[in-house]
Amino acid sequence: MLRELGAEASEVRVPDGLDGLDGLVVPGGESTTISIGIESAGLEPAIRAHHEAGRPVFGTCAGMIVCDDAHLGLIDATATRNAFGRQLQSFEADLEVEGIGDEPLRAVFIRAPWIERHGPGVEVLASYAGHPVAIRGGGVLACAFHPELTDDPRLHALFMAMTTSARERQGAER
Amino acid sequence: MGRVTERATFRVKTGLAEMLKGGVIMDVVTPEEAKIAERAGACAVMALERVPADIRRDGGVARMSDPAMVKGIQEAVTIPVMAKARIGHFAEAQILQALEVDYIDESEVLTPADERNHIDKLAFEVPFVCGATSLGEALRRLGEGAAMIRSKGEAGTGNVVEAVRHMREIVAGARRLTQLGPEELAGAAKEHQAPLEVVRVVAEAGRLPVPLFCAGGIATPADAALMMQLGAEGNFVGSGIFKSADPERRACAIVEATTHFNDPERVTAASIGLGEAMPGLEISELAAADALLQDRGA
Repeated sequence: MLRELGAEASEVRVPDGLDGLDGLVVPGGESTTISIGIESAGLEPAIRAHHEAGRPVFGTCAGMIVCDDAHLGLIDATATRNAFGRQLQSFEADLEVEGIGDEPLRAVFIRAPWIERHGPGVEVLASYAGHPVAIRGGGVLACAFHPELTDDPRLHALFMAMTTSARERQGAER
Repeated sequence: MGRVTERATFRVKTGLAEMLKGGVIMDVVTPEEAKIAERAGACAVMALERVPADIRRDGGVARMSDPAMVKGIQEAVTIPVMAKARIGHFAEAQILQALEVDYIDESEVLTPADERNHIDKLAFEVPFVCGATSLGEALRRLGEGAAMIRSKGEAGTGNVVEAVRHMREIVAGARRLTQLGPEELAGAAKEHQAPLEVVRVVAEAGRLPVPLFCAGGIATPADAALMMQLGAEGNFVGSGIFKSADPERRACAIVEATTHFNDPERVTAASIGLGEAMPGLEISELAAADALLQDRGA
């Protein structure tokens, strides 16, 4: 999807993979498994360095959990895992998301988390059933659903815009 | 607002399998084994009564796991819990759905309950994974509503040769369909004994419309890396882990090899000092004894 939007995309499996990237996507999956993978590949320092250098991070579902303050702590928010339940309770729904236009986004929630708590610097872009499910703050965009499972590129485009403006800002500082 | 909230759509059913890609799903028979699997980095566990190697050795009818055991496993881990039902045994599947397992494996490893029909998987809200030895078999299962396909391989043998054959058949078969003209697809559907609409979808994409995993015979990190390079999008490992000398280390090593399958140095490092792998079985001897599980439910 990022390629369709004009980005170069590569898979990051080892710390060197982050070199030269303007933005990092932490995708869906199982947060326990991803956390173990980050640890065994020694990725944590590299992800922190990426974030501290002002380069954006986009976490979807498990990726949102991995970014929260109980894990990598990249965003001032706490996610509740599997908050919507097991696979039987997984669903898709129309969701209004701030910053991507009026047309609702078809959002696919798979054993999805929600945001239990967030700090004042975190902006809620969308909620479902009274719980925040898309947030942005401190260079991190995070959502509880899977924009990568639909053809709607608008959230990825929002992330690309964050990445582009972060790069321009860094270029200006240099 | 347009469409309302929907559950159990094709996208929701396949969505979980999409999230398991690149990972390892491990067979477990107890909550303790499930915890070991989760700690080792399994992306999901598969609950069953006995691992395939024991089913082979002990014989008898192999059935769905005890519901109390499934619940115990669900309570022990936070990763998805799958469970096996017998081929055609829709009442076992109903129980597993009532237990809210995350995926049901309609599996040839258990003793089939129906020699002619598979479960009508479209009638369920819980998604199904099914085994296949060929593209035709995969397409038939998709026609019945499977949301994930795995190779059958030959479970409980620790011998990867059948999984290799099945994976190649499925991947190459899908690729071949892309070479056909639209007027040739009905003929292909007939050859594959599969629904034409599924054949059309695969011919268009050159791949299955659902995630394709490997199962049946993985015993070493090298086996796991081999299957990923052959086109598997993740691995099921059954007896290979808990029938080896050091299950915990082997589980970690197979996860590592599945994640970094394209990095021989990491797969090498993962392969060192694991102790004995599970004892292997020769396929031709099983075939002579008419003991192949893969022939069940074609």
